[in-house]
Amino acid sequence: MKIWLRKYSENKLYQGLFLLLFIMVTSLSLYLAQKSVVAFLLLLTSLLLLYYTKFSNAIKWSAGLLVLVVLLPLSASGGDAYESYMEVATMVGIYISMALGLNIVVGMAGLLDLGFVAFFAVGAYTYGIFATGQAANFMPFGHYPLSGNSFWVFILLGCFAAALFGIILGIPVLRVKGDYLAIVTLGFGEIIRIIFNNLDKPVNITGGAMGIPSITPPRIFGIDLVNASQFYYVVLVILIFTIFTVRRFEHSKIGRSWKAVRENEIAAQAMGVPLVRTKLVAFAVGASFSGMMGVVFAGKQTFVDPTSFTLLESITILVMVILGGMGSVPGVILGAAVMTILNLQVLTELTNWLNELSTSGTFVIPDAVSPAKMQRLLFGALLIIFALYRPKGLIPAKNPVYKMEDLSSGNVIQLTEKKQSAEG
Amino acid sequence: MLNNILESIPQVAIDGLTLGTVYAVIALGYTMVYGILELINFAHGEIFMTGAFIGTAMLLLLTGFGWVSALPAIVLLITVLLLTALLTGLLGMGIERVAYRPLRNAPKLIPLITAIGISFLLQDLVRFIAELKKGNYIVTGPSLFTHQIKIHTSSISSIFNDASIKTSFIIVLVSAVIMMVVLDFFVNKTRWGMAMRAVAQDRDTASLMSVNVNKVISLTFFIGSALGGATGVLFAVQYGTIDPYIGFILGLKAFTAAVLGGIGNIRGAMLGGLLLGVMEMFASANLSLLTGGVFGAEYKDVFAFIVLIAVLIFKPEGLLGKPVAEKV
Repeated sequence: MKIWLRKYSENKLYQGLFLLLFIMVTSLSLYLAQKSVVAFLLLLTSLLLLYYTKFSNAIKWSAGLLVLVVLLPLSASGGDAYESYMEVATMVGIYISMALGLNIVVGMAGLLDLGFVAFFAVGAYTYGIFATGQAANFMPFGHYPLSGNSFWVFILLGCFAAALFGIILGIPVLRVKGDYLAIVTLGFGEIIRIIFNNLDKPVNITGGAMGIPSITPPRIFGIDLVNASQFYYVVLVILIFTIFTVRRFEHSKIGRSWKAVRENEIAAQAMGVPLVRTKLVAFAVGASFSGMMGVVFAGKQTFVDPTSFTLLESITILVMVILGGMGSVPGVILGAAVMTILNLQVLTELTNWLNELSTSGTFVIPDAVSPAKMQRLLFGALLIIFALYRPKGLIPAKNPVYKMEDLSSGNVIQLTEKKQSAEG
Repeated sequence: MLNNILESIPQVAIDGLTLGTVYAVIALGYTMVYGILELINFAHGEIFMTGAFIGTAMLLLLTGFGWVSALPAIVLLITVLLLTALLTGLLGMGIERVAYRPLRNAPKLIPLITAIGISFLLQDLVRFIAELKKGNYIVTGPSLFTHQIKIHTSSISSIFNDASIKTSFIIVLVSAVIMMVVLDFFVNKTRWGMAMRAVAQDRDTASLMSVNVNKVISLTFFIGSALGGATGVLFAVQYGTIDPYIGFILGLKAFTAAVLGGIGNIRGAMLGGLLLGVMEMFASANLSLLTGGVFGAEYKDVFAFIVLIAVLIFKPEGLLGKPVAEKV
């Protein structure tokens, strides 16, 4: 058995064959057994298996894209559950993007932000306000609602608006550190939510607690995007852009400055890292991904209200980062996917199953302990367990390692390039 | 407009003091733990909430017995207060043992994350115990001490309106003051108090001077949590209705109070709590009047956070704290 395992972990051909078989079996079973959540989850797991194979990055990326772009929608499209699968996949994409944003702030720069969902809210409201008649209440010029074509511009606008808010938040909190920073960002998140909740007077901007209903759906080439299966591709494109950008940032000068600030602020400053700029850029970049996804979220739900942006959401995103591994891009992607699927599918499926059991009279589960209500308990327990026993997360962050001989022999440049291509 | 504000001042002052004493006692828990471990015990607000629920459960249970209702209500309340304080104190000690002690040498971010985890866990545990027992997680306690007293503040000066207070206000105020005085005495005058101050100043040196650091930290958590739990009972008696999510926002405001007074400073926490309570009540009563209806009482939480941010930026050592130079 051991020999087999070792052989498997060394031989690309075996890995490739196994993966191919795995993907084919799972996608076929998903196509044939539409109700099977297990098949859907297993098909997603193939991406994780793919990550651990020994292929070059180009092959990994193209195989992953093939699964995500073609196989997943195709094999899910066979029956009624198509839209609900795509809904979950879309939400996974949205949360991965946000978790990657928070990962920059918490994981790389070491600034604990407990109000991160505020930026998502900023993005969502940016589109929400202008894509409904709401904007006419305070904008003296222009015709509202804007047409669905403007959605694509608003992705950029939401990005900038969120980045701007990130900087606005960043400037006052630069003077506070560590735990204080956590509290202040938490306060900021709550402030934003309360303001959105009450900004229906004196001028009705956000619709207050009622939210903004019937947002214009995005439109491209004359087609209105209304289904989750259509938004799936929008999210996928933005997600790939996000992953690419985060990777580039991580290995750039600013990425190394973030890590330096995280490890030791004073030492970093002494080495010439500009503290203020580094932290502000971290806030702005982290927030901007959130803002983009906020716009997409508003377009997808066609409805925004303050209850989508509570502290629980911020903590959920934080759990994703902690679970996956602070500072580790693949880890955070895994963490976000696991948490979102747990939240949207596993818990609801469990609840449905338990409800069926209690209606059929096998045994009775009181409503109070239904799994869908136990999110807080579960997230709390996950946070504690991971912080205590696995503080580096599921896939710990890797830093490039240099060997002394290589450094002294002068081929450092080559080595780092090789390292980076192997990682990124 | 000025007249309107002046008229309401007696009532605002009384309500503010009630709220302020609640903040002050909770702030003590934050400030003691911070003083000794430099850790924000995020779960403290939830300990307060748990205390409120334990107290209400006991009150509901005890008032169900016939012979208990023959006792004067104040005896009942004191028993419940002491029992709740004991239980929440133990809860606090347990939390420290499980979630903070193993992480004492970890990077600062990690204990903060377990603290958030604990607070979510407690919220949900309390919610579903309450929901299992009562069918609803919003619980209303038995009404004790609801007698209204009118104070004729208008006889002092004609610009004031009369104010009214509930009897429970006096109980809250008196118990809170007793708690704070006893704590102040304990910390400043007893051997254990001295040990606590020593550990707060320098943990390693204190342990060299044969102070049992772990015991002292446990004790600190016990006292802070006991005070928090007892305040929870007082809160439930004063305001009647409780739910599992009160602890969070109240804890945050109590933390603001602790920062306002100077974190780590016990008298500062008391002062900060009272100040914040009065300011918040004043804001919620007069904000819409002052801004011509643009901002209303719904912004009173925002107000508290703005106080917090302003203090942290402009006077991070607080009102009574001493500025500390950063050690490099």
